[in-house]
Amino acid sequence: MTQFLSYAIPGLPYGCVFALMAVGLVLTYQTSGVFNLAYGAQAYASALIFYVCVNAGWPNWAGFLTAVVVVAPLLGLAMDRFLYRFIRSAPVLVKLVSALGMLIAIPSALQLIFGNEARLAPPSLWLAPGSVYFHLAGDAINGTELSTVIVTLAVVLLASLMSHFTQIGLRMRAMAESPRMVQLAGINSERVGVAIWVLSSFLAGLAGVLLAPLFAELQALNFTDLLVAAIAAAALGSLTSLPLAFWGGIGLGVVQELLGGYLPSGSVLSSGLRPALPFVVLIGLLLALPGLRERWFHDDPLAGCDPPPPPMAATIGGHGLEELLRGGGWLVLATFFVSCVTWVPSNWTFTLTQGIAYSIIFLSIVLLTGMSGQISLCQATFAGIGAFTCAQLATHFGLSVFVGIVAGGAVAAALGAVVAMPALRLGGLALALATLAFGLLADNVGFQFSWSGNGESGVNVPRPQLGSIEFTSGKAFFVLAFILLIICSAVVLAIRQGTTGRELAAMRGSELAAASIGTNLAKLKVTVFAVAAALAGVGGALYGSLQGTVSPDDFNSLLSLVFMVVVVTTGVYTVQGAIQAGMAYVILYQLLDYLPSQWRNLFPILFGLGAITYALHPEGVVEWQKRRVVEVVVSWRKHPETVG
Amino acid sequence: MALLEATGISKRYGGIVALDDVSVQIETGEAVGLVGPNGAGKTTLFDCLNGVRHFDAGEIYFRSRRIDHLPVFERARLGIGRTFQRLELFAGMSAREHLMVAERVHRADGRLWKDMIGRAKARAPVARVEELLVELGLDAVADDPIESLSQGHGRLVELGRALVQEPQLLLLDEPSSGLDTREALSFSEVLVEVRARRRTAMVLVEHDLDFVRRVVERTYVLDFGRMIASGGVDEVMAEPVVRRAYLGEAT
Repeated sequence: MTQFLSYAIPGLPYGCVFALMAVGLVLTYQTSGVFNLAYGAQAYASALIFYVCVNAGWPNWAGFLTAVVVVAPLLGLAMDRFLYRFIRSAPVLVKLVSALGMLIAIPSALQLIFGNEARLAPPSLWLAPGSVYFHLAGDAINGTELSTVIVTLAVVLLASLMSHFTQIGLRMRAMAESPRMVQLAGINSERVGVAIWVLSSFLAGLAGVLLAPLFAELQALNFTDLLVAAIAAAALGSLTSLPLAFWGGIGLGVVQELLGGYLPSGSVLSSGLRPALPFVVLIGLLLALPGLRERWFHDDPLAGCDPPPPPMAATIGGHGLEELLRGGGWLVLATFFVSCVTWVPSNWTFTLTQGIAYSIIFLSIVLLTGMSGQISLCQATFAGIGAFTCAQLATHFGLSVFVGIVAGGAVAAALGAVVAMPALRLGGLALALATLAFGLLADNVGFQFSWSGNGESGVNVPRPQLGSIEFTSGKAFFVLAFILLIICSAVVLAIRQGTTGRELAAMRGSELAAASIGTNLAKLKVTVFAVAAALAGVGGALYGSLQGTVSPDDFNSLLSLVFMVVVVTTGVYTVQGAIQAGMAYVILYQLLDYLPSQWRNLFPILFGLGAITYALHPEGVVEWQKRRVVEVVVSWRKHPETVG
Repeated sequence: MALLEATGISKRYGGIVALDDVSVQIETGEAVGLVGPNGAGKTTLFDCLNGVRHFDAGEIYFRSRRIDHLPVFERARLGIGRTFQRLELFAGMSAREHLMVAERVHRADGRLWKDMIGRAKARAPVARVEELLVELGLDAVADDPIESLSQGHGRLVELGRALVQEPQLLLLDEPSSGLDTREALSFSEVLVEVRARRRTAMVLVEHDLDFVRRVVERTYVLDFGRMIASGGVDEVMAEPVVRRAYLGEAT
């Protein structure tokens, strides 16, 4: 028993932080219908600002007031007023992509403002982190742990007192039950909604400040993990129950530490499974709880009383324009090819070859999200699977890299199908979360083995060889990559033109109606997931062979989110969009390299902001601009007098 | 055996009994109404028949084959077509494309490898689709984006999409909702014509009794999940039990 307690007690501070986040998430989801994926970024924002304040010599209470009491609610409020308010009744894909844009943009914006140096030993909120206050079941309780638990209990006590004994608390509870009924009772639900966002953002800020000192360094990625843990805890309460979400969070933190205690130390299981527990729990819950599944399938808490979401904005199109864009696209691609093999300097050829590898990975997002309306947040993981398969086969089994690239695609496809099979039962938000959890699981466990990604040190990938031709020179490899890009684009185009493409478009429009005309949705989804994973795998293997060595860091889950946001900004409906995305990705990165290092954060900010325009420009804001320009130029040539 | 035989269908949502031991029989080529007050379980019954929902007890036979455990798409391929109370259209597609995709699925040659080698020409015009567009009066708007069509045209597109499948049984969920009197009248005429030409059996959930009278020969009446009457529309509506269901008990 003592041993059990000594393992369990260190889990309490983590549990408290998970619980605070879970409660905040459920609050806003229940009342506004938006699943706030940027919640982790909000926590990070407060943690970072608290760190900066305290490091500047402010007393802790002043830092706390600034970071948690002022900035956190303001940030949440700004997001609600300027973004979420407008997309409440939008399709689930729009909400997800917009929130994702914020999740990507906020941490980068902060690092741009405050600098992106390493921030070690984050300060503790209240009690001295180093000193031991007392011993409990053999555990030395330090100031960080003690203050986390005390502050959480105090806040939760206050919040529940408020919700039971004040007017606004009563209204908030009513809102969480049914926003529409609150309106019908003559209450200004917008005002109550604002109060809820303030409270929820305060909780996020508090959780962020409390979590930060539990890690050695303040890193944005830790807060994405925190977000998933909070989602898992919220899922334990079926995303509706606040008490269950709270106790779910506590339980998750405790079980995580128990696992750490009882699993054999030093094994991959204990180093990997312990941090991965929330992801495993989340995937399990999504699949096991029928209520949760059904709920997410019908996607939002306001469905049923609200009118159906308006259709997505139409793209600028027309037959002539499509033809023109297609022709122009081929022309640009041919010019690009000729330029790269003739005059482009070799460092840029390398960059552009990287761009081709990314374009192939991004084709998978075009196929999945643009053409089929499915959302997967683990495409970087599939790219990694392709790259590591290719690397292992080439270095350890001496197989040709060509075989490796094909095998990489095949293994990724197989795993894609395996991921898709449980995902069939999920839709929209649940699918997105399950794939995100799968990606994080791969980061923490799957890619850590020596036979896969080999952890930090990574694996080597040689350049391919065909008879006497070696693709070691930049130009030769570029030509090879270009041919692969053409093949992969042709595959996607063939699917789009064919029956499968039409069925995918039908599924994107209405799953219910697609099934009622005889479309086998299960088969279709597995197929499209497998093909998309194969594309990502081939792209990843190509990227690996280009770089010479790859490690799990090249394909981490945060990158999956960035990929999504990039493609959604540059054009998610078309093959051209994927290629634009790949090229924009590497060229922008290369250009930002000429600036001071913290300006590199401009990159995620730009694409993050691009993604939040998804509701207005579902074809991608860059694609939309392109079409507009082409249209203006064409109509100007046809009717010169109409353009003043 | 009848074309469709559903016996003893029961479905509860938590404590609410949505369907309580409901049985229906539809003969080949027959048009049958399904009426009842709001919340009577009409749409739930449709959902059970076409497979969108699972039910707790009962059996369904279609063309002498038991279908309760088949998924939606297999029931569709066997010949159960359906339209929806709230329009379920494919955003971004034109009316013609709606019919085309249904036609492709019906022909069932949507193999991925065929797409790859370019054997499946998904966009080539199909005579059957063109005829259907003309028959339903959709030829003038066939290439407009679906978002720009009126509710009435939307209903026709849903009907056309189901008809391309050559269904033997068509489940129509409140086709007149959202239509004005004139549109509803012409839609009922289309239904009568479609049936005369194809001998498609139809089940019609509908509140507009004039609409029901124009299309069907007999009707079922559901109330609180129980089948309370069946027979000719006017006879059934005259029955005291039905009047009570609609108008409430006189005290």
